Amino acid sequence: MTRGVLPAGRRRLVTLGLPVLLATGCNSNQAITNPATRPARDINTLWWAMLAGALVVFAVVVALLVIAFVRRGRPGEPSHDDSGPYKVIIGGGLAAPMVVLAILFGFVIHVMPATSAPPGPTKLTVDVIGHQWFWEVRYPGTSAVTANEIHIPSGTAVDVRATTVDVIHSFWVPRLNRKIDMIPGRANRIELDAPDPGVYRGQCSEFCGVGHAQMSFYVIVQPPAQFRAWLRAQSRPAATPATAAGLLGRHTFLTVGCEDCHVIRGTSAAGRVGPDLTHVGSRRTLAALTIPNTPRTLYDWISNPQAIKPGVRMPGFASLPAAQRHALVAYLESLR
Amino acid sequence: MAVGTVARERVERLDRIWQERPGFTGWLTTTDHKRIGLLYLVTSLVFFAAGGVEALVMRTQLAEADERVVGPGTYDQLMTMHGITMIFFFVIPLSIGFFGNYLVPLMIGARDMAFPRMNALSYWLYLGSGILLYSGLALGHAPDAGWFNYVPLASRKFSPGTGVDFYALGLILNSISSTAAAANFLVTIGRLRAPGMSLNRMPLFCFAILATSFSLVFALPALTTDLVFLELSRKFGLHFFDVGRGGNPLLWQDLFWIFGHPEVYIIVLPAFGIATSIIPTFTRRRMAAFPLVALAELLVAFIGFGVWVHHMFATGLPEIAMIFFAAASLIIVIPSGIQIFAWCMTMVTGKPEFRTPLLFIVGFILFFVFGGLSGIMLAAIPFDQQVTDTYFVVAHFHYVIWGAAVFPLLGGLYYWFPKVTGRMYNERLGQTTFWLVFIGTNVTFFPMHISGMLGMPRRVWTYPGYLGWGPENFVSTLGAFFLTGGLVLMAVNLVVSRIRGPLAGPNPFGGATLEWATSSPPPPYNFAVIPKVSSPYATWDTDDRKTDPERLERGDFVLEGGHLTPGTTPVDGHMDEILAMPEESPWPVTLAFVATLGTAFVIANHLIFAIAMVALAAVVLVAWHSGEPEAA
Repeated sequence: MTRGVLPAGRRRLVTLGLPVLLATGCNSNQAITNPATRPARDINTLWWAMLAGALVVFAVVVALLVIAFVRRGRPGEPSHDDSGPYKVIIGGGLAAPMVVLAILFGFVIHVMPATSAPPGPTKLTVDVIGHQWFWEVRYPGTSAVTANEIHIPSGTAVDVRATTVDVIHSFWVPRLNRKIDMIPGRANRIELDAPDPGVYRGQCSEFCGVGHAQMSFYVIVQPPAQFRAWLRAQSRPAATPATAAGLLGRHTFLTVGCEDCHVIRGTSAAGRVGPDLTHVGSRRTLAALTIPNTPRTLYDWISNPQAIKPGVRMPGFASLPAAQRHALVAYLESLR
Repeated sequence: MAVGTVARERVERLDRIWQERPGFTGWLTTTDHKRIGLLYLVTSLVFFAAGGVEALVMRTQLAEADERVVGPGTYDQLMTMHGITMIFFFVIPLSIGFFGNYLVPLMIGARDMAFPRMNALSYWLYLGSGILLYSGLALGHAPDAGWFNYVPLASRKFSPGTGVDFYALGLILNSISSTAAAANFLVTIGRLRAPGMSLNRMPLFCFAILATSFSLVFALPALTTDLVFLELSRKFGLHFFDVGRGGNPLLWQDLFWIFGHPEVYIIVLPAFGIATSIIPTFTRRRMAAFPLVALAELLVAFIGFGVWVHHMFATGLPEIAMIFFAAASLIIVIPSGIQIFAWCMTMVTGKPEFRTPLLFIVGFILFFVFGGLSGIMLAAIPFDQQVTDTYFVVAHFHYVIWGAAVFPLLGGLYYWFPKVTGRMYNERLGQTTFWLVFIGTNVTFFPMHISGMLGMPRRVWTYPGYLGWGPENFVSTLGAFFLTGGLVLMAVNLVVSRIRGPLAGPNPFGGATLEWATSSPPPPYNFAVIPKVSSPYATWDTDDRKTDPERLERGDFVLEGGHLTPGTTPVDGHMDEILAMPEESPWPVTLAFVATLGTAFVIANHLIFAIAMVALAAVVLVAWHSGEPEAA
């Protein structure tokens, strides 16, 4: 809030109206008006400044219409003399907009660099790859691969390279930065630089087919030390299950077809269609944030994923005996 | 009007010359711009109802978090069809097809459009393309990749059904129809103005249609090219958009928006024209700054071509390119601003009488300013990169397209209702409708700004409750039903008034332009004597109209030797020849039928039959041209 164009007192005045509406009864974890980084804050400031300007312009037009209404009954026939109106039209339609637009344009040019990717390499690069319908996340230089969760260290500029394997998606975490499209044949870049640890929600914002609405993700910002520990853990191959159920689950996973689509590093499962499941047990949600990750929901998901996320490419395994499904759940939840 | 015997004989002769076949056949073969306009009116309103139902189902699905009224597959089809329907099958056909067709020849004092049979063809192709698209929906193959239809989602690989083929080929047909219509307007406005109507005396509505037609003629080829590329890719595996083979998916977006942004002004400009027709009438004052407004209308159409990239700010383009297009997007504010202030100042310095048509124009001005201001915000690159593809954008363009483009059309329906039907609508019901629709519009679309700022993406069929978008969506949905109620009331008012309304007479509102100088409804030949024009406010400024009965008696410029209309020079409006117009004809509807059938065969992959239809079309064209009118 320190970089506003208006003095603080005036800003408060301007921001009294809509924010009340905006703040009522909502979790603002995806709200543009709840920025957590400098670029998101700059954009938010730009928004409130533009809103203030817009309200002034709108008020001028309303005032003209009110004048017309109030004076409608005055006596005599209207004159067709245009000299007065010409002045107002030139002033209001040409001169004033030019001034206002020039100021706005300057403001835009001023905000743009903060929201753009840095020109050179940063300390940490993360590859985010769009799929119909999940996010694959890779950490170059390590073997860690996650899905729908992007972990980054706090206070560190992270270069996100956004690509896609199929259709156009768009990478968007409103509280951290603006969005960038993921387009076949290009690698678009955006910088995330979150000062504070926390969980920030993001969502695909370019229509990408049936699963578009349920293609969300978290950016999990951790203190750097914690992040490094996490990355080391994620780089390890999957652990051998410790229980009989887990062993049965692994056997099931590798024999009923799961391995055709999913990777579990350290096993023979090497399918590239679905998300990497090497550490699936450590994830907060399933189906790209559609449901929390619990044994109960995982069981439902394996049984009938279409009921939870219509259009998902994964077939249901309701025909599998319940015992085997429970074993699968035990195995997958053990992959931490 | 006291009419002598000679005059009566002349009128009867004109009636005989211009008479068309009665009944259903008459409507199929008509070349009268007014009847074609009415066909456009009825058809576009039917599509409006369809698009409205689609919207209501979507709003019901979105009313609360985690609803399951429809699934994502159905929702995506509804969303796609709603967009296509409202833009290609409702707004443009209503504004250009009905208002343009019905009014332009009347306002310029011509007896018909320049190419009456091509005009009929435009309508029948439009109807054919609409039937084609909706038969896709009926067969369960509606397009579902969005009205913008981005590749690769719309490619055969990711949209394997025929839905996208219905989209592409249906819109190719539709765009041929619109291109022909636009060319027709350019020639009509350029050559058929009444003697004396130099450009500076042409009504502003005609300037708006002129600007719109220029935009259409230059914008539609980009869309058509894009659609042809898409169909070649889908049917024959060509690689325009395929990265793996050297293509580029952004090519689709560039071509689509080179059409798609001028399209916004194509939609809004006729509305500007209607506003500049209604305001002078109900304020009893000429439009302030007439030449400036005419220039602004043309400038909007021109600058509209320089802004398409602002739809692509999130695609990762070079900054310098984005800055250029952001600047262009901001500059278009200026001609729009000039018009807004001209409308307001006309009201301030006139004596406005707030009857239904003017109320709709006041609503229009408010919506246009509001939507324009959020549009300026979207030209601010970083802000656009944040909110694009959110509900903020949905709110913005509904304020512009629904509020600013359709509101004047609704006002126009009331304003010209007496001219078209010869009867008056009910004023009290009209004003009630305005308030219902005005409030409904705000209740529906205003909350979308907020849900957008709260991070709700567009084109989602559902959303989780914990993000707090529920209240805004619930209010939006209520508003949508309220709005629909207002529109139903409007339909009732107009239909009942059409049957039982009091007789209106030629000029119930004291309008200034030439359409008010003839009877309501106008005869097939529009004017018994060709008007002579010496002012843009033809019925206010001059005594020309008062002498019309005498001119008719004298036979001064009646042109009773066949389907004749005077041709004038494009700038000065000097009369330079008498043009012979074709009579009614069965060939336009036949050609459109053959073209639609051929397109259907392409969709169904019966290419042999499609080629047969091309051959048949050639035969029809020969028949068409064997009946050319003789030059007078």
